[in-house]
Amino acid sequence: MNSHKLSQWAAVAVLAAATALILAVLAFIVFFVLEKGLPQISLGFLLDRPRNMGKEGGIGPAIVGTLLLSLLAIAVALPLGVGTAIYLSEYTRESRLTKAIRFGTDCLAGIPSIIFGLFGYIFFVTTLRLGWSLIAGALTLAIMILPTLIRTSEEAIRAVPRSWREVSLSLGATRWETVRKVVLPNALPGILTGVMLSFGRSIGETAAVIYTAGSSFRLPRGAFDSVRTLAVHFYILAREGLSTEKAYGTAAVLVIAVLAVNATTYALMNRFIRRRSR
Amino acid sequence: MSGVHRPGGDRSRGEPASPRAGAAAATGDAAAAPRPKVEVRGLRVSFYGEEAIKGISLDIHERRILGIIGPAGSAKTTFLRALDRMNELSEGCRTEGQVLIDGADVYGPGVDPVALRKRVGMVFAMPMPLPLSIYENVVYGTRLKGTAAKSASELDELVEACLRSAFLWDEVKDRLGSSGLKLSGGQQQRLCLARTLAVNPEIILLDEPCSGLDPISTAKIEEALANLKERHTIVLVTNNTKQAARASDETAFFLMGELVELGSTASIFTNPKDRRTEDYVTGRFG
Repeated sequence: MNSHKLSQWAAVAVLAAATALILAVLAFIVFFVLEKGLPQISLGFLLDRPRNMGKEGGIGPAIVGTLLLSLLAIAVALPLGVGTAIYLSEYTRESRLTKAIRFGTDCLAGIPSIIFGLFGYIFFVTTLRLGWSLIAGALTLAIMILPTLIRTSEEAIRAVPRSWREVSLSLGATRWETVRKVVLPNALPGILTGVMLSFGRSIGETAAVIYTAGSSFRLPRGAFDSVRTLAVHFYILAREGLSTEKAYGTAAVLVIAVLAVNATTYALMNRFIRRRSR
Repeated sequence: MSGVHRPGGDRSRGEPASPRAGAAAATGDAAAAPRPKVEVRGLRVSFYGEEAIKGISLDIHERRILGIIGPAGSAKTTFLRALDRMNELSEGCRTEGQVLIDGADVYGPGVDPVALRKRVGMVFAMPMPLPLSIYENVVYGTRLKGTAAKSASELDELVEACLRSAFLWDEVKDRLGSSGLKLSGGQQQRLCLARTLAVNPEIILLDEPCSGLDPISTAKIEEALANLKERHTIVLVTNNTKQAARASDETAFFLMGELVELGSTASIFTNPKDRRTEDYVTGRFG
């Protein structure tokens, strides 16, 4: 009886310690970056363009570039990802082919982002002659986030009860009508989670975009202009030893952006779930 | 053929002896001379090679309620789902034989199961409202492609009529916009019935619609069915033999994927021909 209680207590203690450790690491990183970076942030820093190689000035164009790149990547990847997920879960039966597709997406998810960068450079930048540009970077990012989008969308679609599909079909709906009217609306929170995860990953991505979107200081005026993302800007500032202060400032903006994206995701999801279950 | 299973001397009801006999039409009363709406011929259904329905032939008469009784695992549900081709949504399913509706085989070449399911509606065992408002649940089928578009006022009328037919209108008329999931189980099932009615199917299949419901909700559904058979052909699968006795005009007894006996409800319950039927309806097994 005593050993029973002891093991119970030990299990709780270990699990709690693991949780605390993870939270502590997260808190440390966030506070470290914010402590060093927040003093650097001002309205001028957020709006101004980098001057003197980034030693002075701000990060305005990088913020715009990051957002444009990420949004464009999502816009390209979302229809493809959700389409693939719908195809896999609604239109195919479990077979060797679907298993191969799933295995392929999982492998794609595990590839280091620098490889995507290399591929993007060879294919989009040189072969398709897109140059270092917003469009080449976005297409590369799109390929990179596709596996996440496919898998989260598929999970979300599978979580929609089969009986709802049967009801819809029994009322004379086609498969597509069932997907549109029953499956997708109810899978939306899960799909949104995948979108936000991908968005967060795109914002923070360095390796895949440095070779494809370039590192121009200037505000892009079109899809074929080169852009510099926050992460790339930070990387260059830190790596070239241009300005530690500006690097921390950039890092703080980046961390706040990712936290904001995640917080928004949770808020949206909760609101959606509450509305549905009402 | 069905005649084999149907006792010739159907004396216990004030209806013609053999519902198939054309002579009854001479009375001029259409309801008294039902024609077979559905003719099932040599139906076999198997899942991954395991036969669930082992060759069933029977007729389902127009504007009548056919009750199907039998112990669990008798393939009652599979039989029902064979009528609107829902079985083929499950993997490993194989169907042989014919299901003729108005003489045309629903398994024939070129038959669109989507169009078929608009003619043959189904109410499932578990109340299964879609996660939509009460109103949107009812009009779901009418908003689909291939159904005539309706104006807002026509839809409103349809919703009221269907909810009234399902004996639910008075309970929900003030909250049509609230979620169907918030209704009680009995109300949900009547909502599902209303939703099926909104498509105006010729045939309504009910798969143990009252299995989870209280006696009052059950009585309301049975009352609704009694009215609905004036316009629809109804097949009612039930685990509750008393419900079949109360609600159906004819009753079929299924056992292990075979049809044991089919006859007027009165004859099945008072004068069964088969020993197994007698044992089942008197509660000796099953």
